[in-house]
Amino acid sequence: MLKDQDRIFQNLYNDLGPDLTSSQKRGDWVNTKEITDKGRDWIINEIKDSQLRGRGGAGFPTGLKWSFAPKEVGSRPHYLVINGDESEPGTCKDRDILRFEPHKLIEGCLIASYAIQAHVCYIYIRGEYFVDGQKLQVAIDEAYEKKLLGKNAAGTGWDLDIYIHYGAGAYICGEETALLESIEGKKGQPRLKPPFPALIGLYGCPTIINNVETIAVVPTILRRGGKWFASLGREKNTGTKIFCISGNVNNPCNVEEEMNIPLKELIEVHAGGVIGGWDNLQAVIPGGSSMPLIPKDKCETLTMDFDSLMAEKSGLGTAGVVVINKDQDIIKCMARIARFYKHESCGQCTPCREGSGWMWRMLERMAKGEASKDEIDMLGDVTKQIEGHTICAFGEGSSWPVQGLLRHFKDEIKKRNKFDPIVKENKNIPYLVDQHLLDKNA
Amino acid sequence: MSLRRPAKNQPENFEFNPSSLEEAKSIIAKYPEGKQQSAVMALLYIAQKQNDNWIPLAAMKYIAKFLDMPYIKVYEVATFYSMYNLSPVGKYFVQVCTTTPCMIRGANKLVEACKEKISEDESVLSNDKSCSWMEVECLGACVNAPMMQINDDYYEDLDKEKTLKILDKILNGEKPTPGSYRGRINNEPENNRKTLMDLKNA
Repeated sequence: MLKDQDRIFQNLYNDLGPDLTSSQKRGDWVNTKEITDKGRDWIINEIKDSQLRGRGGAGFPTGLKWSFAPKEVGSRPHYLVINGDESEPGTCKDRDILRFEPHKLIEGCLIASYAIQAHVCYIYIRGEYFVDGQKLQVAIDEAYEKKLLGKNAAGTGWDLDIYIHYGAGAYICGEETALLESIEGKKGQPRLKPPFPALIGLYGCPTIINNVETIAVVPTILRRGGKWFASLGREKNTGTKIFCISGNVNNPCNVEEEMNIPLKELIEVHAGGVIGGWDNLQAVIPGGSSMPLIPKDKCETLTMDFDSLMAEKSGLGTAGVVVINKDQDIIKCMARIARFYKHESCGQCTPCREGSGWMWRMLERMAKGEASKDEIDMLGDVTKQIEGHTICAFGEGSSWPVQGLLRHFKDEIKKRNKFDPIVKENKNIPYLVDQHLLDKNA
Repeated sequence: MSLRRPAKNQPENFEFNPSSLEEAKSIIAKYPEGKQQSAVMALLYIAQKQNDNWIPLAAMKYIAKFLDMPYIKVYEVATFYSMYNLSPVGKYFVQVCTTTPCMIRGANKLVEACKEKISEDESVLSNDKSCSWMEVECLGACVNAPMMQINDDYYEDLDKEKTLKILDKILNGEKPTPGSYRGRINNEPENNRKTLMDLKNA
């Protein structure tokens, strides 16, 4: 288990209070000027040395992303945008940062803005987190009052304004270009890339977009050194991460742990074990609903980091661990996830808009045992036709969980859905192609 | 995508009241000059608050003029995002999360409770027209599942009995206390905390 002094989010459970005074006692805002005095290149290099990877799901190296911002500010200003549109089922880590560690985020915003030369930072928070956003606003007001934001913020000589922009219940706005569209006051439909936001982003200006957790860990990394952060976890998967463990466990919780922690330790030690014991485990979704599920036999030895989960054809995503035990109907669980994606598709690309609905309806039928045995392969085919044929990664996000189900629980589906599509029994199934064979009057 | 239609009975006029107007102006100031369109989402939200939790078409037209943008662009935004209610939902708007992490912890019991207390179908006002309920997608409080949102507040760690009690309160016009209903502190593992113990006991 990670040592308590190595935990970045000391106030994850709000033992100490989120206000400025107690945050300063925990070390926030202590020597911000000393950090920025070391220069932009030093900051970016230190983040590169720490091997910090984005905490929003894709795991892109943060230092590298920052280095894409133009070195000189031209006629267009630079922007920093923080992605707090946390909507991935199974994930609720950013909410705790917004309400209990807001000053870590605000200080991170200042340092990151300085590094990429932005004078304005927008924090995009999902509309449902209105109350938590208000708590962040209180912290921002506090920081303005103490001259930690605004002109010459925290004595660094850098001017920075932070504004909160609330979303309004669209999952797709977590995609970075959809998020920019949303801030511009349009429908949240993703843009084609390239051009990448680092060059043409918000209002056509260079923009760097980072997740809340990524930015909130930056000040601590710079204080304790990139080497310290890189010493936790393993090569290319360094540092600590907030894991959200939900579903059929005895004590669902958020906990900050080292990367590469065994999944079994997370569940057994922190979350109090699976309801009904470890043997009652059916499957685990390791990184929010977009990531393919992993069956029990692989959970024994699985470690939680980007690369080892990739090797299992899944991913760490947002580290929202959803535990599903044997009392649940796994096909129904996945059908519900498919319904989520059907509801949240932005409707821009046809394969995703139509395909997400197909997948949902097929899975609902499969859960009831009304599908024919041919449809199992057809479902796999649909997922393949969505994946890679859409503007943004939503296509992958919606088809991967279904592929995961087909990969690991095909037998379960087959057992329930086995009738022959060439109709022999008199079944009234309106979507069947050869339904006319059943019509007696035909 | 979800199907969203404006209500049949629409008021003829809409205007911001003075406090909404002031709020709207302070929001427009957050964005660069000439980019006032960015404020449309926040303004729709203000209109929704002012107009008993829903947005009439007149408000969209008013906001379009206010921000100097085409009406259709406001309409697009209002129909795209699911948090804008296009028809009346009552003073208390109950949203029950039923996505997988909540579902496997018994969110259907919460739905049952809503059906018993408020109305048989979702998005239908209760008899006294004070509240309505609907199923929504993940609200981002998965470790506190099952949960629901009433207006801006989260009610967490629920079961059917607790939900019935909460609904009784709102039907009586009271506001129940938000937060966990199992007495746990924030997102810590109940009775099983292994980390940051010095701070807990400090």
